[in-house]
This record gives sequence, structure tokens and C-alpha cells, in this order.
Amino acid sequence: MISLPEIAFAGILPELLLCAAGMVILVVGWFVRRSVLAMSCAVSIAGIVAALIANYPLRFTQNSAFSNMLAVDAYSWFLNIVILIAAALTILMSVRYLEDEGIEMYEYFVLVLFAAAGMMFMVGGNHILMIYIGLETLSISIYILVGGLPESIKSKEAAMKYLILGGFASGMFLYGAALLFGAAGTLTLSGIAKYFLAGQVSLLAKAGMGLLLVGFCFKISAVPFHMWTPDVYDGAPTPLTAFMSVGVKAAAFAAFVRVFFEALSQFQVNWTQVLWVLAVLTMILGNVAALVQENIKRMLAYSSIAHAGYILIGMIAGGKAGLSGVLYYLLAYTFTNLGAFGIVALVGRKGEARIMLEDYRGLGNSNPLLAVAMAIFMFSLAGIPPTAGFIGKFTIFSAALAQGYIWLVIIAVLTSMVSVFYYFRVIMKMYMEAPETQPAALQFSPATAAALIISTAGVLYIGLFPTTYLGLALESVKPLF
Amino acid sequence: MDLASLPLLSLVVFIPLVAAVILLFVGRAYESLMRTIALVFMLLDLAASAAVYYFFDASSAAMQMTEYHVWVPTWGISYKLGIDGISLFLVLLTGLLGPIVILASWDDIKYRVKEFLISLLVLQTGMMGVFVSLDLFLFYVFWEVMLIPMYLLIGVWGNPARKLYAAIKFVLYTIVGSLLMLVAILVLYLMAGSTSGEYTFDLLKLYEFPVPIYAQVWMFLAFFLAFAIKVPMFPFHTWLPDAHTEAPTVGSVVLAAVLLKMGTYGFIRFAIPLFPNAAIDSTWWIMVLALIGIIYGAWVAMVQVDVKRLVAFSSVSHLGFVMLGMFAFNVRGVEGSILQMINHGLSTGALFLIVGIIYERRHTRLIEDYGGISRVMPLFAVFFMIFTLSSIGLPGLNGFVGEFLILLGTFEVHPWFAVLAATGVIFAAVYMLWMFQRVMFGPLTNPKNIGLKDLNYREIVVLAPLVIFVVWIGVYPDTFLKPMEPSVKQFLKQVEVKKAAVLDQESGKKLTALKLAVQNQSQSAANDR
Repeated sequence: MISLPEIAFAGILPELLLCAAGMVILVVGWFVRRSVLAMSCAVSIAGIVAALIANYPLRFTQNSAFSNMLAVDAYSWFLNIVILIAAALTILMSVRYLEDEGIEMYEYFVLVLFAAAGMMFMVGGNHILMIYIGLETLSISIYILVGGLPESIKSKEAAMKYLILGGFASGMFLYGAALLFGAAGTLTLSGIAKYFLAGQVSLLAKAGMGLLLVGFCFKISAVPFHMWTPDVYDGAPTPLTAFMSVGVKAAAFAAFVRVFFEALSQFQVNWTQVLWVLAVLTMILGNVAALVQENIKRMLAYSSIAHAGYILIGMIAGGKAGLSGVLYYLLAYTFTNLGAFGIVALVGRKGEARIMLEDYRGLGNSNPLLAVAMAIFMFSLAGIPPTAGFIGKFTIFSAALAQGYIWLVIIAVLTSMVSVFYYFRVIMKMYMEAPETQPAALQFSPATAAALIISTAGVLYIGLFPTTYLGLALESVKPLF
Repeated sequence: MDLASLPLLSLVVFIPLVAAVILLFVGRAYESLMRTIALVFMLLDLAASAAVYYFFDASSAAMQMTEYHVWVPTWGISYKLGIDGISLFLVLLTGLLGPIVILASWDDIKYRVKEFLISLLVLQTGMMGVFVSLDLFLFYVFWEVMLIPMYLLIGVWGNPARKLYAAIKFVLYTIVGSLLMLVAILVLYLMAGSTSGEYTFDLLKLYEFPVPIYAQVWMFLAFFLAFAIKVPMFPFHTWLPDAHTEAPTVGSVVLAAVLLKMGTYGFIRFAIPLFPNAAIDSTWWIMVLALIGIIYGAWVAMVQVDVKRLVAFSSVSHLGFVMLGMFAFNVRGVEGSILQMINHGLSTGALFLIVGIIYERRHTRLIEDYGGISRVMPLFAVFFMIFTLSSIGLPGLNGFVGEFLILLGTFEVHPWFAVLAATGVIFAAVYMLWMFQRVMFGPLTNPKNIGLKDLNYREIVVLAPLVIFVVWIGVYPDTFLKPMEPSVKQFLKQVEVKKAAVLDQESGKKLTALKLAVQNQSQSAANDR
């Protein structure tokens, strides 16, 4: 008789709850005719809240589930929270957007929930195949969502591009995993670590490591694997772009960090050098390319490339300080970027007709509160105190300096100076340039307003009182060491 | 309740912010109510800073009225405030200008009043915060917070033609310096922490840490860049004429009177005491730059056709004096330098107000459009004259005392620098008086100038307090020099002591290295035997 491994549903309860909520929407959505969006939104939020609650015990545990396939620890706990926040805010912002676009699609919410569950599996993955399954779950959901705008050719094009390039990257990842398996004979992270510790590292394993790195770099959109980002971010429905820029990035970084620090830490010196180069390229290209964008979605896409570069610095610095910096940065970035994209979605209006920087002219007059919120997000992205973005940069830079990466930090600082120019340009448009025609005040839905208030409050609160969150981030990286 | 037991410095810093928050909830239509609220809170802020002066112990060199609260304990960041003789008058100057700028903008700004007042109030908080922070992190936060309202002031209410250019130029210049300074702050923090085992951003504790000389040079350069841009020293001054000229009147006033002092204050509070060896080694080239600033600023001011731009360039020249005195490293020079910071704040601030007053009436800043104004605006002429003379440094007015002390201090150590700098005073007389003559005297040729109204009560109230201080400092500077003296002496002593300590440490290292080498040699010699 085959002995079944112990099934520990408690470990994956948050993911299960998300999937369950998705299923409920799938079933109920079929019957509900009117206000299907409101229903889906309510169920999704309920599912996310339930998942957040179920996620709580993870903080205090440190074990694995399903024969060491999944890690159930504080690290997963922290990143699950980031992902759940991202999913919740995305869903809140989406309702209004979908109404405007006339898309009565409850499947949208189901896919967002499934993608979030995939991200959480990826974060918890203790086995490379587990991570791969998480990655594919989230990728496939997102491929569909990117193409979700029925009338838009741009959206279809983006989906196609993402699918092809993403498939290619997944292939690379899987190939790397196969090579590693060939060398080490196992794909559990601890097994790979043991193989590397033993000393006799074959070329096969090194090639596998390189391919894994490429796969991850694609998902976090580090240069030179970033080509898809601007087009896909631009073409996708805006709330989804927000979700991608935050959720996918957080999940990919989480798995990236877990794999490289748990399984491949023996080679840290080598891959750190590679990451150094990638980080510098990413920061420079991301920021410089963002300078010349006239489309705000593309600008934020390049900005998200640049931010991947900053987060990479945290990984390069390594250690508890660097990695907790990565976690804090991801949290800060979640609030900031979701908020910024939320406003882009709101200003964009029907058919995303107004997504150029020019369309922000006079926003300070017509929608003062919205403009203030946008300004706060821009300051946070630029890393100006007292916002979360500043503390995030501060943590990461200080960790890197402590490790002696002074030139890396100087390059980072100079590129973030460049970034000030394009972030401030948005503020300039909103406050300092008179519009040709006075734009009408935008209508908020309560859900959108809630999402924006939560993001703004988050940016300011964790920026002003970072102590608790830094402490939590520091606690959460302990399982990796 | 006992006034002295209040956290006075926190009040000074945060009263304007409270007003800003209140204004958020006032309806857009109630403009004069908003102005009144802002004015009342600025007056309260002034009262609080006056109370600080009242309770300030002039005989002590120590940091006074310190407040300490833990902020981010994991990193050793604290909310630590304190004031000494160096920052006292800068706080008072900022406090004094608070209500003045609100009053001065009363009729001037008619567009988006709410945002305007909030920007001014937040700016006030940032400036006060910079002057009283004793924690490098806290200082950096205030330093950056200041940037945003000033950016908005220039960019939103500035002169439409070139305001965007000026605003972004201002931001980029400032950011370049401050981000590199942030790196230096972090390196200092980590270096001190790993040596002493206590990671802290506490300025007073970091003062104690002797930074190795090679590191001092780099960190000093980073701090230098941040502060030199703010001062602004030649050749980092090019943002200033644009920012000043394009900013609305009160923006220029705050910029000239207080914001530029951030740079010079930064040198005296942070850059020099933290990295004394590098600072003293840099004396000669910093003095050369200061000197170039003095003379170049004056020459360029001479050929300006725009009154506001002329005053802006005169700032470059005046702040050259401040830097010169500071790097003389003696009591006279440093005291003169601090006093000159205040003087420049008063007289240049006032000159920008004057330019603003006449600009409001005629909407031109070109010198050639004026002439003979003293006939139609006699009272205005009196005020203008006083501030012009104060800016030139006429004995009996404030500018003289500061410049005299600076030149004296400089002469003691570098006579030639003092001689060359003194020519700057002469040029100042040339460009200021020539401008004054062309604007105020001569025949009233331009018909548009004939009907100009003289100062109204509000404008007199705005200018009068500045006149009082201009004369006070000129006639009896001791009121101001006395409280400074202990702190200045301590500053100089601290620089000396720390410099010696660092040198000791370096030679100690060399000595131990030498000893080790000798030991090794004798050992190997013994082995050979």
C-alpha cells in the first residue's frame, strides 16, 4: 500500500480559503444576474479577510507541510500579508473600473483570487516544483486577466506578449530546475543546499542556477529581462497592472530570496556579483527610460523596473538586515504603487482614454484630495520622507552600506535623483500647469475611496512609525537563516 | 502651568503644522478666515520662540531645552531636539518671519490661498525642525520635508513664464546634494556604530566619534555638496537667481531669509564638527570659493536689469561673507558669520518684500521702468533706503557689524583674503546704491509711475519689525553676540579637540604599526641568529 504523506490542511488554509472564495463566486456568479460585480467583490473581500485571519498562526510556526513541499513559517506569513493586501486593494479598485468598462465579468475576481493563491504557494514553496506550480498558477491567471479588456487591441497584444515571453521564462525556469535535479538528485531547497555544501558542484548545477536566476529576473522584471514590462503594464487593465506590479513582484522576489538564500547560499559570492550588475543596469535603465515617458502607465512601468533594482540591492546586501529591508520595501511599495495605479485607473475613465501625463493637468484644482494622495504616492516612490518609500530605501541602502557596497549605493542614490524628476513631473502637471479645459470632478465609488484611503494611510503610517514593521520584517526573515 | 516645563521646542516646530492641519478642514471660500488662522498660529509660533529666548541661558554653551523621545529604537533613531547659541537666533529669525510672510502675502496671493498657506506653514515646521534637531535622521527628515512646500511655492504661485523650470531646477539641485549627504550620514552611522558598538543617529554622540581622516574627506565632501548647494556657494549657485526671481514675493523672502541659512547652519552644526580635520584641511579652497562668490556675485549683481535678480545675486555675495567668516575658525569670524546669517535674513528678506510691494503696484521688476519713485512714495523710499544701507553695511545698521567681524576674523588668519573680500563691500555699495538711484531718484519719466500709492498700514506693519532689528543689531549687537559666545567658543574648542583626537588616533595607529614592524624585525633578526 502506498503510504500517503501527512496532509496538513492548516498549513495551506489561507490559500484554500482564497480558492474557496473563488469557487463560490464561480458558482454563485452563474445565478446572480444583477449586481454581479458587487457580489463578487464582497465574496472576494470576505475570502481575503478570512485568509488573513487564517494566515495569522503562521507567524509563530516554523515547519513544513506536505512532505516538505511547503514551508509554513513567518517568512510566508509576512509575504502572504503583502499579497493579500495587494489582492484586496486591487479588488476594491476593480469594481468601479469594470463597471466603467462595462465588463460584467465575475471571472475577473476568481482569477485574481486564484492568482493570489498561486503567489502564496510560490512564497511558501520549499521545493522548486512547488514554486513552479505557484508561478504557473499565478502566471496563467494573469495572462487571461491582461487580455481581459474585450474592446482593446492593446490589451490583447499585451496578453499575447506576456504569454509568449512568460512561457519562455517559465521554460527557462523549468529547464534550470531540471538541470539542478540532474546534478543534485533532489529539488527540495534543503536537499540542494546539502548538495552544494558537499563541495563537488558540477557544471550542470551551475547552469541550472543560472537558468533559475533568469526565470526569476524575468518575473521581477530586472534588466535585461524587462522588455515585456512596459507593453504589458500599458495594455493590461489598470487595476490589474497595479496587482502585477506589486503582487507578482512580491511573490517572485520572495521565492527568489528563499531559493537563493536557502538552497544556493553556498554560491552567494558568485550570484551576488551577477545581481550587482543586474541591479545597476535595472536602476539606470528603469529610471532613465521613465524620464521620457508621456504615458503615465508606461512611466510607472519603468518606475517599477527601477524599483526592482532597488529591491535587488537588499538581496545583494543579504543578511537579516538586507532581507528584512526587502520585505519592508515590498510592503511599502505595495501601498504606494497600488495607490498610484488606483488613481491612474480613476483618472483614466472609460476606455482608459486619459492615461497621458497631460491628462493630469489641473487635477489639483478639480480633485484636490485625489491630487494630494497622488502627490503622496509620488513622494513615496521618489523616496522623500516622511513616507514609507523613504524608509524602504533607507533600510536597503543602510544594509548595503553596512556590507560595504558603497558604490552600489551611490549609483542607487544618483538614479533615484533622476527619478525625482519624473515623479515630480506628475505633481507639476497636477498643480502647476493650467489645463486647456477644466476637467470635471471625478466620481468615486466607496470601494475605490476605501482602497485609496487605505493606501494613503499605509504609506504615511508605516513611513512615520516604521518601528513595528521593521521589527516584523526582521522576525520574518529568521526562518531563512 | 509653568511655561518652562512645556516642551517649548516641539511647540515651536509643530504649532505651524497644527495650523496647516486645521486649514485642511476650512472651506475654500473663507479666504480671510484662513489667512487669519495662519497669522494667529504664526504669531503663536513667534511667541513660543520668544519664550525659548526668554528661558535660554545665555551663559551656557550646552544644548538647552533638550527633548528626547525614542522614535525607531532598532536603528537608534530618536526624536531629539535642543537649542544653543548658534541656532537660537536662527529660530527667532524664522519665528519673526512667519507672521510677516503671512501678512505680506495678504493681498498678493489670490489664487489657491488654502494650499498656499498650508505650504507656508509646513515650510515653517520644516525650517524650525532643521534648526533644532539633534538627531541626524530627524534632521534629514525635516531637511527633505522643507523641499516640497518650497517646490510648490515656486512652481504654483511663481511667475508663469519660467516657474516650472525654476521649480524643478531647485528640486534637482537640492536633491543631488541631500541624497549624497544621506549616504554619508549612513556611512558615519555604521562606522561609529561598528566601532563603539552603539548604533545611533544622535548628533551629540556622533560628535564624540573620531572619524578616520580618509573617511572624513569623503563624508565632508558629501556634506559640503549638500550644504554648498543650499548656501549657495559658487559654482553651485545657478539655481538661486532662477528660484528667487520666479518665486512669489514671500517665497523669495523665506528662501533668502531662512532657507539659505540651512546651508551655512549645516556647515557649522554638522559638517565642521563631525569632520573637523577634513574641514580645516579644506579651508583654503572653501575660502577661495567664498571669495569668488563675494566678488563674482557682486559683479553680476551690478549688471542686472531686474531688481529681484539683482537682490538674488547680492545674496550670493553676502553668503560668501558668511562662509569666509566661518572658515576663519576664530571667535570673531564665527560670531560674525552667525550674525551675518541673521543680518542677511533681515535685510535681504526685507529687500524682497520691498521689491514685492512695488511689483504688486506696477507688475514689472525692470529697473528702467522706474525712476523718481521717491516723489510719489516717500514712506516707501525711507524703508527702501534703510534696507539698502543695511545690505551695504553702513555703520550703525546691522550689516556693518557682521561684515566687520567677519573681515576682522579673517584678517587675523588670512589677511589677503580679508583685503580681497573687503572689495566686495565696495561693490555692494556700487550696485545697491546705483540701483536705488535709478529706481527712486531722478525725474518721474514713466507716466505709469505717477499715480502710485504709498505704503498702506499692512505694509508698514510688515516692514517695521525688520527695521527695529536692523537698527538694534547695528547699534547694540551685544544683545545678540552675548548668547552666541559660549556656544561659539565651545564649537571652536570642540573642533580643536576632535581634530587633535583624530590626529592622535592616526598617529597612534601609525605608532602601533611601527612598533609591530620593529618587533617583527627584531624577531626575525633573532630567528636569523
